[in-house]
Amino acid sequence: MEVLKIATAGSVDDGKSTLIGRILYDTKSLTTDKLEAIEKTSKQRGYDYLDFSLATDGLVAEREQGITIDVAHIYFSTKKKSYIIADTPGHVEYTRNMVTGASTSQASIILIDARKGVIEQTNRHFFINNLLRIKDVVVAINKMDLVDYSEDIYNKIKADFSELMSKRDYQDQKITFIPVSALKGDNVVNKSDKMPWYKGDALLEHLEQLDKADIFNVGTPRFPVQYVIRPKTEDFHDYRGYAGKVYGGDLSVGDDIMVLPSKTRSKIKAIYFYDEKYETASRRSSVTITLENDINVSRGDMIVKEGDSPTIDKQFTANVCWMDSDQLTAGGKYIVQHGINKVLAKVDRINHKINPDYSGFEKDVTGLAINDIASVTFKLNKPIFYDQFKDHRTNGSFILIDPQSNNTVGAGFIQ
Amino acid sequence: MKKDTSHINSLENEAIYIMREVAAQFEKPVLLFSGGKDSITLVRLAVKAFYPAKVPFPLMHIDTGHNFPETIEFRDRLCKELGLELIVRNVQDSINEGKVKEESGRYASRNMLQTTTLLDALEEFKFDAAIGGARRDEEKARAKERIFSVRDDFGQWDEKNQRPELFDMLNGDIDHGQNVRVFPISNWTELDVWSFIERETIEIPSIYFAHKRRVFLRDGMIWSAEDGIVYRDDNEEVIEEMVRFRTVGDMSCTAAVLSEASTIIKVVEEIRDSTISERGARIDDKRSESAMEKRKQQGYF
Repeated sequence: MEVLKIATAGSVDDGKSTLIGRILYDTKSLTTDKLEAIEKTSKQRGYDYLDFSLATDGLVAEREQGITIDVAHIYFSTKKKSYIIADTPGHVEYTRNMVTGASTSQASIILIDARKGVIEQTNRHFFINNLLRIKDVVVAINKMDLVDYSEDIYNKIKADFSELMSKRDYQDQKITFIPVSALKGDNVVNKSDKMPWYKGDALLEHLEQLDKADIFNVGTPRFPVQYVIRPKTEDFHDYRGYAGKVYGGDLSVGDDIMVLPSKTRSKIKAIYFYDEKYETASRRSSVTITLENDINVSRGDMIVKEGDSPTIDKQFTANVCWMDSDQLTAGGKYIVQHGINKVLAKVDRINHKINPDYSGFEKDVTGLAINDIASVTFKLNKPIFYDQFKDHRTNGSFILIDPQSNNTVGAGFIQ
Repeated sequence: MKKDTSHINSLENEAIYIMREVAAQFEKPVLLFSGGKDSITLVRLAVKAFYPAKVPFPLMHIDTGHNFPETIEFRDRLCKELGLELIVRNVQDSINEGKVKEESGRYASRNMLQTTTLLDALEEFKFDAAIGGARRDEEKARAKERIFSVRDDFGQWDEKNQRPELFDMLNGDIDHGQNVRVFPISNWTELDVWSFIERETIEIPSIYFAHKRRVFLRDGMIWSAEDGIVYRDDNEEVIEEMVRFRTVGDMSCTAAVLSEASTIIKVVEEIRDSTISERGARIDDKRSESAMEKRKQQGYF
């Protein structure tokens, strides 16, 4: 069975939570007790339909205001796939959560209210999905029931959106338009008979057909050493294992490798997962590796194949999404967490701000406010081993930590 | 038929990665152990993450004194067999010291009281990370929880101001006095946990399997009739039924379900076909729609 992680994006009241609730309901993923709770609350509030957003809005403030504040993770499965949906907030000020949700997703759904069409928020949602290089994007044009299931309106929105698509940076992104009504269940799980003019699949049918769009299957193997395992017991007297997760590609016993930053060369002697030995460690697996030579390797070092080194540098430029209410300023000092490595960094310069509504760049920017996206150059106090984000999703991304508050204040994608 | 467990593999890889980050990023982590299936799963994952070395942190059980005896017996045996260090702190001691007051009435439970004992224990040992078995699919407030969830000096959860978590990167930086709750099986569902237990042939306490038990009915739920622990009205008649528990908390807040499932395979089948959620049998969640969120803000697991 495959796992598909999906992020959702849409403005307030576009009906994201309702859409997810509808999917859960029509796939019979809502248990009786949860359904009864939704029925009870819907009735209390005097609604004449079931408010499926109650299934996902988990915080008191969310239910009071009828909006989603924080990313919620929802799980359901069909016979074909296991799904994890990151239900992300639509409010402008919560854009950081949208980036967060999208960072671990293989596909995403952007919702558009058929009555409102493409709005500034839509541009922003699409921009972020494109910036994060999400492979498959579904544009769900919702509330079709409120526009009499009009084909003209659907076509107009599609044309407006296509204009955005021409401006995108990551052109290989696959985009699919689906007209739906989350409230009425049209084209969500089941094909609707209200829109005979629409010849495509219902939303879930489309998701079921997506190939195992493995976003992590790009680049070459990178093995950041997370933890050195030294049992120091009688049975494992000289054992020195390097524990970590394999990113990008596979590693095999006998591979000629290089340890960064020392560039010491060795060979992979054995690969363990718990008490079993394997010939190959496939990407995304958490294994323990031993090497032929007794060399000094510690946490934060990276094992790569010989002749396949990432860039080793004390400086890089990246697209940064700023997530904190305090501004990022030129000269400001932060901690860059790149994978498991933490290094001190200084903002060398803010090159330009990128307007996420595709209206262009802003030069001569002195600071970044929350939700701003900009090209920023950093200088580091020691080198990191990075790839470009477009070549290596994991080794090309980082987070920024404020050393004063310890909070995660930004995310970056190395250029 | 060969079983496809690739989904479980990816969850397992993620959880092992998280366990190793905890050991590397924190000075004094602890694994919160309740004797339930989720914390038993955590122990198995921890053992696998650091093999052939020992698990580099102790287990801690907050004992309410209302646990099922089967759970306590199981806990002690598991720690002995795996050579794990176990710390136990008792809610009864917090009551004796006057820090918390025993609830009274029909719905009296010690579930709320254990938060105080837990926070005191974290402070006593200066633990900076506490690994727990909470899962996002359990309950809608838990669906919002991070994998590394920062708690302030009072152990409280600020749900509106959580750190964003991107890609695989876990930020465990904290100030002195703060601590982090870590949830390695955040992305697992109840069925995933059971499938893992089945695949790994992990032993679990007997109360998870169908057994004959003295019970009584209240509010449409099946309560365990434990004299002296669970309050019972005179007119609440005790009957004997074949039941099992889907979630194992205190005897005073965990309801049983009618079941004939006596093996793991049958339990997995039963859950797959079930139309009631796991926490549907948690009496503590029935108090109000936001019962869990309120408890979490105060520092609950």
